[in-house]
Amino acid sequence: MAGDRHRIVGKPIRKVDGPSKCTGQTLFADDLSFPRMLWCKLLRSPHPHARIRSIDTSRARNHPGVVAVLTGRDLPIPFGILPVSQDEHALCLDRVRFVGDPVAAIAATDEEAAFEALRLIDVDYEPLDSILSIPDALDPARPPIHDYGDDGNIHKLVSLEFGDVEGGFAEAKEIIEGTYFYGGNTHLAMEQHAAVAVPEADGRIRLYSSTQTPHYSHRALAKVLEMPPAHIRVIAPPTGGGFGGKTDPFNHEIVVAKMALVTGRPVKICLTREEVFYCHRGRHPVLMGVRMGMKSDGSITALHFRTLLDGGGYGSYGVASTYYTGALQTVTYDVSNYKFESARLFTNKPPCGPKRGHGTPQPRFALEIHMDRAAERLGMDPAELRLAHLVPPGSLTANYLKVGSMGLGECIRKVVEGSRWKEKFRQLPHGRGVGLACGAYLSGAGLPIYWNNLPHTGVQLKLDRSGGVCVFCGETDVGQGSDSVLAQIVAEVLGIEPIDLRLVTSDTDLTPVDLGSYSSRVTLMMGNAAVQAAERARELLSSAVAGKLEIPPTRLVFADRHVFDAERPEIGMTFAEAVQTAEAKFGTIGTVGSYTPPPSAGRYRGAGVGPSPAYSYSAAVAEVDVDPDTGWVRVQKIWMAHDVGRSINPVLVMGQVEGGVYMGLGEALMEEQVFRANRNGVHKFPSMLEYKSPTTQEMCDVTTYLVEDPDPNGPFGAKEVGQGPLLPVPPAIANAVYDAVGVRIDEVPITPEKVLKALQAKDRRYGPADLPPVTWPPPLQVATPRQGGDGRAIGRAIGRASGGTTSTPAAEPARVDGRVTK
Amino acid sequence: MMRLPAFTYAAPRSIDEAARILAGEGPQAMLVAGGTDLYPNMKRRQQSPRVLIGLRGIRELSGITGIPTTGLSIGACTTLTDLSTHRLVVESYPALSRAVRTISTPILRNMGTIGGNICLDTRCNYYDQSYEWRRAINFCMKCDGDTCWVAPSSRTCLAVNSSDSVPLLCAIGATVRLAGTHGHREIAMRDFYNKDGIRYINKQPDEIVTHIALPPVNGWSATYHKLARRGSFDFPVLGVAVAMWRDPDGTVLDARIYLNAVASAPVEAAEARQALIGHKPTPDLIAHASHLASINAKPMDNTDLDYAWRKKMVRVYVRRALNGLS
Repeated sequence: MAGDRHRIVGKPIRKVDGPSKCTGQTLFADDLSFPRMLWCKLLRSPHPHARIRSIDTSRARNHPGVVAVLTGRDLPIPFGILPVSQDEHALCLDRVRFVGDPVAAIAATDEEAAFEALRLIDVDYEPLDSILSIPDALDPARPPIHDYGDDGNIHKLVSLEFGDVEGGFAEAKEIIEGTYFYGGNTHLAMEQHAAVAVPEADGRIRLYSSTQTPHYSHRALAKVLEMPPAHIRVIAPPTGGGFGGKTDPFNHEIVVAKMALVTGRPVKICLTREEVFYCHRGRHPVLMGVRMGMKSDGSITALHFRTLLDGGGYGSYGVASTYYTGALQTVTYDVSNYKFESARLFTNKPPCGPKRGHGTPQPRFALEIHMDRAAERLGMDPAELRLAHLVPPGSLTANYLKVGSMGLGECIRKVVEGSRWKEKFRQLPHGRGVGLACGAYLSGAGLPIYWNNLPHTGVQLKLDRSGGVCVFCGETDVGQGSDSVLAQIVAEVLGIEPIDLRLVTSDTDLTPVDLGSYSSRVTLMMGNAAVQAAERARELLSSAVAGKLEIPPTRLVFADRHVFDAERPEIGMTFAEAVQTAEAKFGTIGTVGSYTPPPSAGRYRGAGVGPSPAYSYSAAVAEVDVDPDTGWVRVQKIWMAHDVGRSINPVLVMGQVEGGVYMGLGEALMEEQVFRANRNGVHKFPSMLEYKSPTTQEMCDVTTYLVEDPDPNGPFGAKEVGQGPLLPVPPAIANAVYDAVGVRIDEVPITPEKVLKALQAKDRRYGPADLPPVTWPPPLQVATPRQGGDGRAIGRAIGRASGGTTSTPAAEPARVDGRVTK
Repeated sequence: MMRLPAFTYAAPRSIDEAARILAGEGPQAMLVAGGTDLYPNMKRRQQSPRVLIGLRGIRELSGITGIPTTGLSIGACTTLTDLSTHRLVVESYPALSRAVRTISTPILRNMGTIGGNICLDTRCNYYDQSYEWRRAINFCMKCDGDTCWVAPSSRTCLAVNSSDSVPLLCAIGATVRLAGTHGHREIAMRDFYNKDGIRYINKQPDEIVTHIALPPVNGWSATYHKLARRGSFDFPVLGVAVAMWRDPDGTVLDARIYLNAVASAPVEAAEARQALIGHKPTPDLIAHASHLASINAKPMDNTDLDYAWRKKMVRVYVRRALNGLS
């Protein structure tokens, strides 16, 4: 694996699924159709918060074409992605928690009939006081949306201290404070969620769903339908984008499966765009308070970070999101002492969850603007300040994250040079400016979502005498190119071409479990499993071929569909002959590989969120024009350098970088979920026309630099790229606006009216005033590695819920209906 | 996906036949040309006509005739693409060509027609929503309800005229030709609109817009400035159209300024016009006129972008439009 002598890995070859997508042959979930198939529609709540007194479905049942109607009583078992928040029902049982919460389902012979029958369902609601903002949710006098959580509408409260933060502030020469807000936004994947359930003759069920995580949907289906998982097959067809919006098990998946079981007929649902806005699970709106102590050389002696997350109506990934708003502040610049306090709140809005960057773009926005402020205060260049205090490679952070390879310095140098930063920063004419920001992200979460000691992914190979190789893996290509990564890695190791492989993926019956396309885990984890499976196959072939050729196996080379002697290349055979030789010697050839991340160093409660086998790094410079008359911001260009460890396919990596820039640009300038609090909490504009995202006309030029510093934990050294490059974009733009016109916009989206207000404001700033008061519990004290800590908590009683000292949010037992289950 | 309600589609071959069907079917019928406005509305159940009368098969409704020195006549079913790329329009009415090119997207302009654009349903983000969404706010005055949620004390609907072609056509003095079972009539574009988001055009139920007549090109110049979030795929949240007639020495003989997307009808800035007439447009005069133009604009919180900011932008955009012509 050493060196650069790869023929397929690292090459910009065509995406394996490219031709079928370009020619329209790819079948997405909504393209599937089966004989006698029924169409399903969901009736959704018109109230943000209400009790359901009764539901009368009799008129709907009598509507022509209607075959079945379901309500919450038909699916009473709760589910949810995290074991600690099993708070959703496929159809609301007795309470609705946001406008759009589903309360009943209809299956009919055509979609029109199902749609018409929705209006014939009579639901008697008792409206309840609705909670629509962070201050509302913190008010103990307001009614709780759920009967679980840490206090009232506080779903999750976290308080952690690593080292001695007050001591760190005492040491500081400068203390810099700031308050920031990151508006909520949604994924806007092109494909709307669709699912088709097909009943099988023996009572089993098959579900096709546009999901990033068939494994988790599989688990939720088994739980709610009370069926053995082995009798349920979940298949994720090629998915038209997810970005985190398809990583939860969803109510509509469970509903169509139940409908298929009830009716004995295939049942399909395809959500409207408006319904996708209600599924949401997008970026949490986060209000943040930052206090940073620095020495005069810019070293960070103390960092105190507080975050308040507006979570929406359900838990979703929220507990993990909460920890993620605090986890990765430490992996870029060295932080000696760190305190993190956070609360996630329930509100009567569609549930928030993971969107590209999951919980980290919000604090990164705050931190990178804060660094810009710090550089100004210290009279340092923002690039130099960052470069002087980078976390060294191979180190352990204050909160016990193991940093392996660390290419951020090279990333900063690339964009500084490429953008001619030194000639531009603070030197461009009024109205034009440049801004710098950085970011970091995980290459897969170190711990699984539900506690287990099993591998996170598996790859299985079947080789036969034809010379073809069939690759089985539960991974799910959501457009990011994981199929291509899988094919390139296996083809590289076996010396064949990607077209010689047949990929069978994301099918819970046929493929080994892979946890799914989230947390940027697939290339690293699946890639390592694929290397292992392919190397095992190569060993079998080598052994057989070496025996036949009577040479040592170590001399064999696998390349160009041949296996031959490195010293006498004319001696050898085709790959197909090699497989035949091995099959004759060993019988049927099949191998497996799997991957489990290395153990993490943190042993405190909460240490489960943040560890990763490897961290990717990015740096960006944005150049913007700001119109002082209107406040309009136009991003002209972004220079982005990304430390990907090693590209398996550089064109796909650059595509991910550019996609991240595009999405970051939309979040920075225009995308925002807005609800009308005085109009029953409705989503202001659940449509792609009025929820504004950039078109090609707003997209800026991008120059991408790939920094390749191979990570020992990555396959061929590869790290993630799917999420990280989004992170520096919003703060780089905010910093550039400051350079252009001298105003700080401490919240996204950076809309023209905010810029204009800041231009007219005395303090030349637009942003939140302060955080509303929260009674934080005393922090869990953890001694840092520098203090000689061992990763365990030293203060405050721990393990209160689980009784374990090594518990993590993912490892906490589930609380369901008051019972504790595991 | 969202589905259309059931309807019958009639495909007349002549204006007379279309007018007869329309008169015969009464209020249950609607006209459709490109359908880029109507079909999405029907999917959201904002309109559920039992009969749709398709106008695209009527040959006399398509195409552009005339010459610029005496004026052009544009068939109502001329697509926005054909209009904006027509040689005579590009050469002699360049501001109209540019204004039409800002409508929606290239693909939708291939379907959408100029007749459809001048009859564009007024827009409001309390109204342009699905049936279920509107049910959550107990519907609004414009459809199925009785309150205007933009301003609950308002007795008229405040939905916004969001056409990009209308303010320019008003400014240059275009007229609308209509046909009905009782004959034909012609009305100035500026008189075609009402400040009422529900009855927003002066068209009888049995009338069909057949043509838009452009005035002769006789020395005026015009411009259109659009404020929208994006460079494509957006309705205006402010449209400023100016047509100006000037003496060879630079003195303004006439300057008609129309604002759109700030009310249910295009708003003429009459005071600004009076301030400009008879003077040379100095920067101070332009600033003054821009201020006067902004007074009557009262954008509401029912479109994209902050309404107080949109109000501030009227002055900026009028100034820029006037500067562009001076």
